[in-house]
Amino acid sequence: MVKRLAILDANRCVGCQLCMLACSRRLGFAGYEKSAIRVRSAGGVERGFTVVVCRACLDPPCARVCPEDALIPRPGGGIILRPERCNGCGHCVEACDIGAIWMDEETGKPIVCVYCGYCAQFCPHKVITLQEVEAV
Amino acid sequence: MSDWVKTLSRVLYVDLARKRYWVEDREDLFGKWLGGIGVASQLYKEEVPRAADPLGPENTIIFAVGPLTGVFPMASKTIAVFKSPLNGYFAESHAGGRSASAIRFAGYGAIVIRGVSERPICLVIEPDRVRFRDASALWGVRSAETVGRILREITPGAGVRSILRIGGAGEKLVRYAMVMVETFRHFGRMGLGAVFGSKKLKAIVIAPGKVYRFPDMKRYRDIYQKIYDLAKGPKTKKYHDLGTAENVLVLDAIGALPTKNFSSGRFDGAGEISGEALVENVLARRVACSACPVACIHLAAIREEYEDEKFMYKTEFISYDYEPIYALGTNLGVKDRFGLLKLFKAVEDWGLDAISTGVILAWATEALERGLITKSETLVDLRWGDWRSYVAAIENIVRQPNEFYKVLAMGVEEAAKRYGGEDFAMSFNKVEPAGYLTGPLFFISLAIGFRHSHLDSGAYSLDQRIFSSGEELPSPREAVQKIIEEEAWRQVLTSLVLCLFARGVYDENLTSEALGSLGYSYSSADLRKLGREIYFEKQRLKWEEGFRASNLRIPKRITETPTPLGKISKEYFEEALKEFDNIVKKSIIT
Repeated sequence: MVKRLAILDANRCVGCQLCMLACSRRLGFAGYEKSAIRVRSAGGVERGFTVVVCRACLDPPCARVCPEDALIPRPGGGIILRPERCNGCGHCVEACDIGAIWMDEETGKPIVCVYCGYCAQFCPHKVITLQEVEAV
Repeated sequence: MSDWVKTLSRVLYVDLARKRYWVEDREDLFGKWLGGIGVASQLYKEEVPRAADPLGPENTIIFAVGPLTGVFPMASKTIAVFKSPLNGYFAESHAGGRSASAIRFAGYGAIVIRGVSERPICLVIEPDRVRFRDASALWGVRSAETVGRILREITPGAGVRSILRIGGAGEKLVRYAMVMVETFRHFGRMGLGAVFGSKKLKAIVIAPGKVYRFPDMKRYRDIYQKIYDLAKGPKTKKYHDLGTAENVLVLDAIGALPTKNFSSGRFDGAGEISGEALVENVLARRVACSACPVACIHLAAIREEYEDEKFMYKTEFISYDYEPIYALGTNLGVKDRFGLLKLFKAVEDWGLDAISTGVILAWATEALERGLITKSETLVDLRWGDWRSYVAAIENIVRQPNEFYKVLAMGVEEAAKRYGGEDFAMSFNKVEPAGYLTGPLFFISLAIGFRHSHLDSGAYSLDQRIFSSGEELPSPREAVQKIIEEEAWRQVLTSLVLCLFARGVYDENLTSEALGSLGYSYSSADLRKLGREIYFEKQRLKWEEGFRASNLRIPKRITETPTPLGKISKEYFEEALKEFDNIVKKSIIT
């Protein structure tokens, strides 16, 4: 079964950013910019937080708009990035309504979740988890 | 040298008068003094003339982060160093939120802000550039929270940026104005808000964007996991469960909860404003600083109907902690939970330090009671427990409608000098105390400390240990030595820069290992030695500015109210301060 990252309850999010730092760390980086998951306040911390990460669409629009077939739909949902094919056009960023793809300014290529679940291991408050995709 | 180590040495200099900025590599400082308070105090030494006016152009604001910032759990604090407008000495204040990681990933280890701007200004600090935004439209926006709301709409870095700003109190140079960070975190003590105000600096937005490679990924990940597991565990339980408000009942039970201007150590309303009662009735959400699994920030929701319109309601969120509960609650005799939270909201909005404000209002209440002042001065009837009057008085401290409130805005020391009541004017080195009536060591630590926070040296816990073990008081000299020893180690933690709630997590060995994984080489012994050096570097600065502990006024009140360790002897206290001066003199003249 393929897996995806699921947001269980954003109301439990305390905004600690440990998931973002974990995602960057997985790639060997300190900082936020390489993270494929993002957390921001919903208009001031008292209103809670919004967690943005690829939800692994079954028919991903980002893959459909990619002119170079650099984003390959993954069987069962989600995408796989083939960076060597990517021309950095950024259409995928615009195609994603939930805003879960953004460009890596250093490489000029998109940053997308790889559904590894490393971030979830460092969520202290059960906000996110790596989940098997349910059959439709 | 690893990239991580090298990039921390970048110091951003900003000149507000000339609207210029530049970056200098200060490996000379970071190599020897690690970061955080170690480096910030050296920068202060270079920047601020010993006789500088705290509210004049020569005072300089220094922010610093450290080697662990942004990459280890609970390394979430920024150190601010400046000359305090309350007492005119070198001072230090710490705050969390997103400030530390934002500074580090904007590409800096420290930020130095010089001079005075001609017009109100908002600094926007991004990787590789600084913008000087005119803040004329924001000047006069009295609520620090509103300023944040506006800046969130017009500046970059949503989610990861940090927004530091002052409210009306900073603009009006109230000597104990604070700087709000994000929402609900503060550079609270020592008057950094007034220094911002004197520079016409309304706000600083720091938007990060840099990434760095780790020198040794495997080593780093292993030690990270170890620290993360510890940080989530029992060593931080107090902070994530009830939060610091847990102290209310603990201190009340031993008679160490400052009540009605330190006239008693027990409060008959403690049960209504305890950590337990707040969780049960008003806790609405918990929030964390960057990279912190603990989430100690407890937010209460208060629901309120408008007095002039029935069925019209608002719900506001407000953070609570032990110190404001003491200062604006027990110390003012306020046991009404709703009223207490409204008081928190008032100081938060106006941008005042909760502790100083509460202590000053307690003095004013007692002075009014004793007839030293009258209602023609106070304008409102200040009475223990009457939170509505206190809300009105807080507004007056900022608006300063008469001479009395102008003086109140200078701190309790000035107020008592002017109107009398020095015996019950609670201040140590002209700064209002944090809330522990535990015994002599705590108050001695405030008299000789830099932040006037209970966390300077944790001396309340030294008092409590003496109390629970039934031991005799140490000699005044031993007492001072104990305080210095603990505070010296904390210089290491605040150079890294760790939150002091992580002090139980990061022992010497773990700290040394964490540094090792990033390319630093410090043994536990090296760190201990460095902590002592930093401590005395700071004391040297104050000494050069003219500070002598033995000249301090000791408020008579603390020798009259019993503590768990009995009444504090004036002779003991004076002896300790004398010994302290001797120790400092000996250590800095080598």
